[in-house]
Amino acid sequence: MAKVKLAESKINKIKEICTSFGNKPGEAINVLHKVQGEFGYLPAEVQEVIAQELNVSVAQIYGIVTFYSYFTMTPKGEYPISVCMGTACYVRGAEKVLDEFKRELKIGVGETTSDGKFSLNCLRCVGACGLAPVVLIGEKVYGRLTPDGVKDILNEYRS
Amino acid sequence: MINITIDNKPLQAEKGQTVLKAARAAGIDIPTLCYYELDGVNFENRPGGCRVCVVEIEGRRNLAPACATEVMEGMVIHTCSLRVVNARRTVVEMILSDHPADCLICPKNGKCELQSLAQRLGVREIPYQGEQSTYRKDLSPAIIRDVDKCVMCRRCETVCNVWQTVGALSAVNRGFQAVVAPAFEQDLEKSPCTMCGQCVQACPVGALSEVDQTRQVITAISDPKKTVVVQTAPSVRVALGEEFGMEPGTIVTGQMAAALRRMGFDYVFDTDFAADLTIMEEGTELLSRIDKFTKGDKNVKLPILTSCCPGWVNFFEVNYPDMLDVPSTAKSPQQMFGAVAKNYLTNKLGIKREDMVVVSIMPCVAKKFECARDEFAENGNPDVDYALTTRELAELIRQFNIDFKSLPIEDFDNPLGESTGAGVIFGSTGGVIEAATRTAYELFTGKKLEKVDFSELRGLEGVRSATVDFNGTPIKIGIAHGLANARQLLDEVRKGNSGFHAIEVMACPGGCIGGAGQPFHHGNFDIIRKRQEAIYREDEGKPIRKSHENPYIQSLYKEWLGEPCGELSHHLLHTHYFDKSKHIEIAE
Repeated sequence: MAKVKLAESKINKIKEICTSFGNKPGEAINVLHKVQGEFGYLPAEVQEVIAQELNVSVAQIYGIVTFYSYFTMTPKGEYPISVCMGTACYVRGAEKVLDEFKRELKIGVGETTSDGKFSLNCLRCVGACGLAPVVLIGEKVYGRLTPDGVKDILNEYRS
Repeated sequence: MINITIDNKPLQAEKGQTVLKAARAAGIDIPTLCYYELDGVNFENRPGGCRVCVVEIEGRRNLAPACATEVMEGMVIHTCSLRVVNARRTVVEMILSDHPADCLICPKNGKCELQSLAQRLGVREIPYQGEQSTYRKDLSPAIIRDVDKCVMCRRCETVCNVWQTVGALSAVNRGFQAVVAPAFEQDLEKSPCTMCGQCVQACPVGALSEVDQTRQVITAISDPKKTVVVQTAPSVRVALGEEFGMEPGTIVTGQMAAALRRMGFDYVFDTDFAADLTIMEEGTELLSRIDKFTKGDKNVKLPILTSCCPGWVNFFEVNYPDMLDVPSTAKSPQQMFGAVAKNYLTNKLGIKREDMVVVSIMPCVAKKFECARDEFAENGNPDVDYALTTRELAELIRQFNIDFKSLPIEDFDNPLGESTGAGVIFGSTGGVIEAATRTAYELFTGKKLEKVDFSELRGLEGVRSATVDFNGTPIKIGIAHGLANARQLLDEVRKGNSGFHAIEVMACPGGCIGGAGQPFHHGNFDIIRKRQEAIYREDEGKPIRKSHENPYIQSLYKEWLGEPCGELSHHLLHTHYFDKSKHIEIAE
């Protein structure tokens, strides 16, 4: 018998969310959305509980999680970094900024640093094209960023 | 009825029918790839994803997939216009552009639906060259997943989730990275997979195949120090002939025995003998449970569930861990045979256990998993060494250059080769319970059974039930084939209101005749129907049709076992089950 371990409070929270959607298999996407909002990501154990509650196979839940890029199985860092790759930001050098973040943090897109401090992601347009290229760290917006400025910004959070 | 025209032919079709079915009913064969149907059990995979079945419908701008388009009054359909032919070939060329071209050494070579499609559509080159998706191979004890060959038809996924409700497979990831895989892309062995292998039977290409053990068997036969014993399951004899171009439903019992003898097996025995033995044990167990129950014993578990089907055993170990004391403890015929061969026959022949190799020929993929279970081995030496599928046996016959069709009809060897009609019908859904009923009736009532055919237990309905009159005592019997159907019955049993005395379950459609190790039927359910008819024909032709009347079974008990469910039986012919469910535990 294989065992899946999770804290009781977490299990109860997941069950509560599933119940709020009537434990319907058709609500799987909504449930996953809500649960990710709660925990920040969807680790395997969490998917196991959701599958059990909605009475679908965990393979199918995993299928949904891996199909939609919004869902993630890796925990986000304490400071999630999102580099805008929208058209305006892209033509003004967002890719170089992104490369600098990768180099500086030694992680790829979709990954989290081993100390759990930073995670790196891309997004499309935050509606601040006038400030291109734009980077979000948490809720804070950084505009007109150049690769040279990356280290200084990271240092704000490193201390 | 609706009036339509297909390829300039005015036709009538049923309302709600798809273009594909209407065309096929009229003898017009539209090629398909992802579409898979088992009409006898109302199973259909129709994702409309491959686009191989596209047709041109007048008045519509785009080509339409025939499998997913319903007929409409006055519809004019072209299945082979230039536009259709070109589109169809392009679709196949694109599928082939991300498919390994190693057909020569592929396990599906010659039986691959993509291969025959490419041939049929005249594909001679692949104009689209570029990166191909690659994925690690997943090797389980029974099934190999080679996802590089997957064409994303989703047949396996639908079989696994809908027909079996096993839920081991799902499409995961997207685009070029999309694969069909277990949760978290773990190995099949770590998933809830029951190894039933219906995904292998359904796979149009070589992405899913059984573990090939023909080489090990050839090595064993060639070793002069080894006594190699073979047993053949009931349903193999009604399907093997198909591999050699014979009509489905041809009975080839005698030719099969002859072929095995020519290959060099030292003893050619019959799993049907062990099926008779299973009835002695399981039937006795059923009667003792009924006896205890009627005497008021509250702990006795009814209904008893059959335990012959290894896919089914794996299924309840994962899904019904709270009910492990409900199934019969009797081992499957394959494992009973192994236990008898390695404990009784070795003794009779005066050879050591290690010097005997037991090979079984099975219609099944899960039997490979079953014989590798730890509890079926003694000091690491398994009771059954290798379980080959019907298809692997056909491979061996070809490799040994045996002209199967011209073989004489030969008998099995004794003492483990004699069987009754009851042993034969194990190969069909409803057969195990009918065989058990024939014996249990006589043991329970002390009367001779006048009519051995229980037509009420036969058929292909997914869930069936019947009440058999045991001289005034009504015995209620349930039957399911397909694990989704089994789940229905089991959920009732779990609630405690099923009212059944005995339930038979087989994982595959039609039972072992539709097993995953049988020759590929490619969704042609008539083949399974004909195999079923053949099973009952074989039963009818047997001089003895009740297991307890098998003289070799009688002497096995007299000479060695003592009595059914006795001490030696308990030790050698019965087993126990394990909780293989996934538990969600609370962390400290």
